[in-house]
Amino acid sequence: MSLAHPLEKYIRKGTLPHTFCAGCGDGMIAQSFLRAVDELGLDFKKMVFLSGIGCSGWIPSPLFDADTLHAPHGRAIAYATGIKLFKPELKVVVFVGDGDALGIGGNHLIHAARRNIGMLVVCVNNMTYGMTGGQAGPTTPRGMATITTPYGNLERGFDSCELVKAAGADYVARWTAFHMRQLTNSFKKALGKKGFAFIEVVSQCPTHLMRPMGFKRPSEMLLWLRDNSIPIEKASKLPKEGLEGKIIIGEYADLDRPELSEAYAELIRRAGAR
Amino acid sequence: MPTKMFLQGNEACAYGALAAGCRFFAFYPITPASEIAYVMAREMPKRGGICIQMEDEIASLASAIGASWAGAKAMTATSGPGFSLMQEGIGYASMTETPCVIVDVERAGPSTGTPALPMQGDVYQSRRGSHGEYPIIVLAPNSAQEMFDLTIEAFNLSEAYRTPVVVLSDALIGHLREEVVMPEGSEIKLVNRRTPEPGSGRVRAFLDEDVAPMPIFGTGHSAHVTGSTHDEYGMREVSDPKYVHKVVVSLRNKIQKRAKDIAKVEMEALEGSELALVSFGSVSRSASHVVKILRSRGTRVGSIRLITLWPFPDEAIERAAKEVPKLLVLENNLGQVVNEVERAARGRAEVAFLPPATVASIHSPDFLMRRIEELMKK
Ligand SMILES: Cc1ncc(C[n+]2csc(CCOP(=O)(O)OP(=O)(O)O)c2C)c(N)n1
Ligand code: SF4
Repeated sequence: MSLAHPLEKYIRKGTLPHTFCAGCGDGMIAQSFLRAVDELGLDFKKMVFLSGIGCSGWIPSPLFDADTLHAPHGRAIAYATGIKLFKPELKVVVFVGDGDALGIGGNHLIHAARRNIGMLVVCVNNMTYGMTGGQAGPTTPRGMATITTPYGNLERGFDSCELVKAAGADYVARWTAFHMRQLTNSFKKALGKKGFAFIEVVSQCPTHLMRPMGFKRPSEMLLWLRDNSIPIEKASKLPKEGLEGKIIIGEYADLDRPELSEAYAELIRRAGAR
Repeated sequence: MPTKMFLQGNEACAYGALAAGCRFFAFYPITPASEIAYVMAREMPKRGGICIQMEDEIASLASAIGASWAGAKAMTATSGPGFSLMQEGIGYASMTETPCVIVDVERAGPSTGTPALPMQGDVYQSRRGSHGEYPIIVLAPNSAQEMFDLTIEAFNLSEAYRTPVVVLSDALIGHLREEVVMPEGSEIKLVNRRTPEPGSGRVRAFLDEDVAPMPIFGTGHSAHVTGSTHDEYGMREVSDPKYVHKVVVSLRNKIQKRAKDIAKVEMEALEGSELALVSFGSVSRSASHVVKILRSRGTRVGSIRLITLWPFPDEAIERAAKEVPKLLVLENNLGQVVNEVERAARGRAEVAFLPPATVASIHSPDFLMRRIEELMKK
């Protein structure tokens, strides 16, 4: 009887133990993603993973035993665009933090969605900049005190799912690190999509947010994620006031519109390429 | 049969890229570089390649680098402000040993500057615009023909050494219309990157001073590409200064060891000259014009044109400095390359600098001849 973990075959040799803090959501998300790949029976050697600079970038890099490109902070989606356009047969998956995707890289995110280019972007929203020490970011809730907002954050956070949906993505969904099974299913669905797919996972950063959020254990953060979430179908029937500060989970978009690399292949045919 | 066409420098650059096998081009519109994109947008699909207008220059180079890892010969083109935005990507491409070509059709700066006027203000930026210590190759065409030829050369060097190569032109050359001779495809010498046997698994893909083969995505090597300090397999190593040393030194050596082969100059009438003009790019056209006139009048003046700006042609300059007592450096700026010439001359010749009478309008022959005569009387 083999004692190997069923997902170990996807892990690059020599990269364990990983670097996530104890209780971090990133390890859970990695596992949930690999389970989706495994259940779909995808060929890992025909997948390319891109990473942002941030803790969540470490989900595929160096952990996944596939082609991986660890891009500069904020640029992973732009690098991925070149890969997908030139080799559309590859399945391209990008892991980014909320700072990476919505702060420094916000422009690349909305344009990739607008182009509906075939890639899956997984945005780990831990409401802070984990890697650089818990600073406020574009998803930090209003009022939260962090090391860079000691008097409480004055700004409103982005709703990344509404943003990406409005920009034109085919598939948009949000889950939390508590909703692992739903997340795996959503990954499976997104990986089957032709167009631009975006999944936000609201996750816990015990290292930097335990204190500002008033928790003592990472598990309390998970329960908070559970208790603060409302399925999108239910939320649509509730008055707006009741939704303040809530995490609305579920699918925001599920369409099948023309995808860019396919449209380009068609253009090449029309141009009569030799 | 070679084809002859009457082309703008920028158009010639695009045809050069196509002839070199470029199959991915990403850009963001900017004067005076946009014509490169016009040709690419029209011609690329006919050759089965990709031409895409990205959201900015950061994304343009980023997507080109991504395409390069997917196996493409990739290029982007811009002018000063866009070149500034690309510096992050240039550092990344150097660090990850990614072949790619970046065309900078310089305009007057700083900042938005003057879009359609030529200035050679980006010499230092082309060498050291990104942070840290990294190698790069920069070529400086001086005609529409060379926009074609040196763009091909840029791809070849980039593929051979797995490094970003900059074609540093300017508004004058980019917009100049001249006859361009394009050889038959089979007559053009092309270099393609070395790649490992498909499916051969993990390979030593980095930090080889003799250039490691590049594991293309999707060909079964589980390549790990990172802008962080790494080992020969691309795996991060970020706590030990020994690794930083190894990365920085081996990347530098990869290019510097071959600087003699890479660094090209063109010498005219140096023998017996009392003074040589040193120039590059658009300004070299005035220089060689003036040298011809002065020579015909019996004045002992020669010319050295730098075709490669980086790695700097140290050896050639030192040799020239032994022969010619005075070197007069001409640049359309307030003095960038002159500092390198001074360094490379190692005191063997007197080095002087002559900016144009008006920056952003290159040295007029009359102005040049007056100054040369003054200098030679001294
Ligand atoms: C151009 C640039 N600016 C800033 C940084 C520093 N930096 C590294 S990671 C990071 C933010 C990380 O936050 P996020 O993207 O939310 O990811 P997390 O670590 O929370 O997963 C920053 C600002 C950088 N590496 N590069
Ligand atoms: S700092 Fe936060 S986000 Fe980063 S690994 Fe630790 S717990 Fe996770």
